[in-house]
Amino acid sequence: MKSLTRLFAIMHKELLQILRDRLTFGMIVGVPLLQLTLFGFAINTDVRNLRAAVADEANTSLSREMIADMSASQVVDFQYHVDSPMELNRLLDAGLISVGLHIPADFDRRVQQNAGQAAQLLVDGTDPVIQGVARQLTAMPVSFDSRVSPRNIALIELRNFYNPERRSAINVVPGLIGVILTMTMVLFTGLAIVRERERGNLELLINTPIKRTELMLGKILPYVVIGLIQVTIILLLGRFLFQVPIRGSLLDVFIVVLVFIATNLSLGLLISTVAQTQFQAMQIAFFFFLPSILLSGFMFPFHGMPLAAQYLAEILPLTHFVRLIRGVMLRGADLNLMLTDILALLLFLGVTLTMATLRFSKRLD
Amino acid sequence: MHHKSEFVIVANGLTKKFGNLTAVNNIELRIPEGVIYGFLGPNGSGKSTTIRMLCGLLSPSSGTVRVLGLRVPEDVEKLKQKIGYMTQRFSLYDDLTVNENLQFMGEIYALPRRHRKERIRDLMMRFNLEEKANQRAGTLSGGQKQRLALAAATIHAPRLLLLDEPTSAVDPQNRRDFWEMLFGMAEQGTTILVSTHYMDEAERCHRLAILDQGELVADGSPKELAEAIAVQVIEVSAIEPNKARAALHRVSEIFSITQLGLQLRVLLPRNIQAAEQLVIERLQANGVDAHVRSVQANLEDVFVAVTEKHHEGRMA
Repeated sequence: MKSLTRLFAIMHKELLQILRDRLTFGMIVGVPLLQLTLFGFAINTDVRNLRAAVADEANTSLSREMIADMSASQVVDFQYHVDSPMELNRLLDAGLISVGLHIPADFDRRVQQNAGQAAQLLVDGTDPVIQGVARQLTAMPVSFDSRVSPRNIALIELRNFYNPERRSAINVVPGLIGVILTMTMVLFTGLAIVRERERGNLELLINTPIKRTELMLGKILPYVVIGLIQVTIILLLGRFLFQVPIRGSLLDVFIVVLVFIATNLSLGLLISTVAQTQFQAMQIAFFFFLPSILLSGFMFPFHGMPLAAQYLAEILPLTHFVRLIRGVMLRGADLNLMLTDILALLLFLGVTLTMATLRFSKRLD
Repeated sequence: MHHKSEFVIVANGLTKKFGNLTAVNNIELRIPEGVIYGFLGPNGSGKSTTIRMLCGLLSPSSGTVRVLGLRVPEDVEKLKQKIGYMTQRFSLYDDLTVNENLQFMGEIYALPRRHRKERIRDLMMRFNLEEKANQRAGTLSGGQKQRLALAAATIHAPRLLLLDEPTSAVDPQNRRDFWEMLFGMAEQGTTILVSTHYMDEAERCHRLAILDQGELVADGSPKELAEAIAVQVIEVSAIEPNKARAALHRVSEIFSITQLGLQLRVLLPRNIQAAEQLVIERLQANGVDAHVRSVQANLEDVFVAVTEKHHEGRMA
């Protein structure tokens, strides 16, 4: 009973402080709103209108037809017509174009003889997405007659499951829930205890009968509520702004989210027992944040990474969350099929929470 | 079954080392119930470290502590409901109001709801905080903050109150009011341990320990200390105190000269015969015109005398 009174005292105090700190409150609502609209509209893997230049030394009907075909695909936009491949190089170096097409003078002969490559595509290799697009362009058919040759029919038919319209938002939004939660939850709790230490509140608190677990839980629980509010905002925006479906049950979504929130909060607590200042807490949080975004499968396909990176990613909670939330929201998968990921999150939660509680001492030395 | 000790705090051989630095060295303490007990010492003398060890915030490197009959740090969690602690720096929440801060502390000490309300109303009245009830603590003045901190530290009516330099950020009027409140609490039976570097505050304590470089160099009531010190004080009043000072500077028997306006307080060991005469002769020899008389030692003299002797002892 006394324990509950103390727990509620900490929670109540924490809520009052959150509501009064305009910056924190702004982050709670602002971060999901801003990031969702930003990422939702900006992240676009379906590339169009790459700036390009062409050096057409052949200038035949065939070469002109190929240029027209490429333009029609809308993948490239030929903004420059130059005379020599050297000028293509210059434009690439200057960063004015991403793709340069060089058609040599003997283009027609090369196509006719069907010997080796007929034209050359110069690509800005600093961007992995542009490289991928260039590969698509090389597959474009070129032939003298307009009859449909057998090779023009694709050998393999592509059927896009779960996201037939290839809308980026559908790929991005579920993972973005995880990214936003990682960012805000870890940071909030990371700062929560360090701030008390910095301001001297902790010296007073540890001289009261409050217990470690009461203090820890009292600090975490308000942020669980905040995390749920954030997720609700994201889900609603995703539904109405980007038409992101929730194919699984809403209950499953929130179960997954709840476990993930708790995981991040306990990580934040652990950070706060290590960091001495708010600045340090922030640094540690970001040290953790970057690999989470890059390795979790949110940005790049998980199995495309080297094996070592995959092992590393398995340690990160976001990896498991991205799998779970995409499964539930997009594939409508049953949670029972993804128990290993849930268990991984729970294991992470247990380990970090235990470490945080052990590390937090009611002494100053 | 241990018999009830008449002492609220008993410390034996209390020592704290931080690496190579010995912050507190072999301190013995016997603090009786119901008194205001002062720790007097300059910054870095080990006052805060000692207080922190007494309430279990720091664990001693060696030595034993019993507070209210409980072993520290082993039984410190049982102790926390019975002691109040006020940190050197204001450590309540700046972004909560006076009322919310007290509510919070009342809940942390798990006071029953009805009792809590009454207690807070009572404290706000006693510490003159009623008008500030809904003001954020961060916007209070130094004196108001300190009264709030004291109210919070005593919300659970502790038997023992530990105050670490409570008046360092407060003006003289507020300091006087603050001490009136402490006396009120002591009369009701609360034992109060207070650290300070103000001589006038130390003089108001019932009992006093002088700390210097981590060691307890003297203790007793202020009066006892003043009587017991082996020092005599000669007061020199001169138009040109600088000259008088220069004249006395190289007298080997004198171990301290303190200037107070136009007066010098000259400290000599008590065993020097005809000290007054010695000073007069010395001044005349240097052609300084001054009025010389013997006076009672005050607490500041005690402090200077014991710490000076302490340093000499270290050098020897």
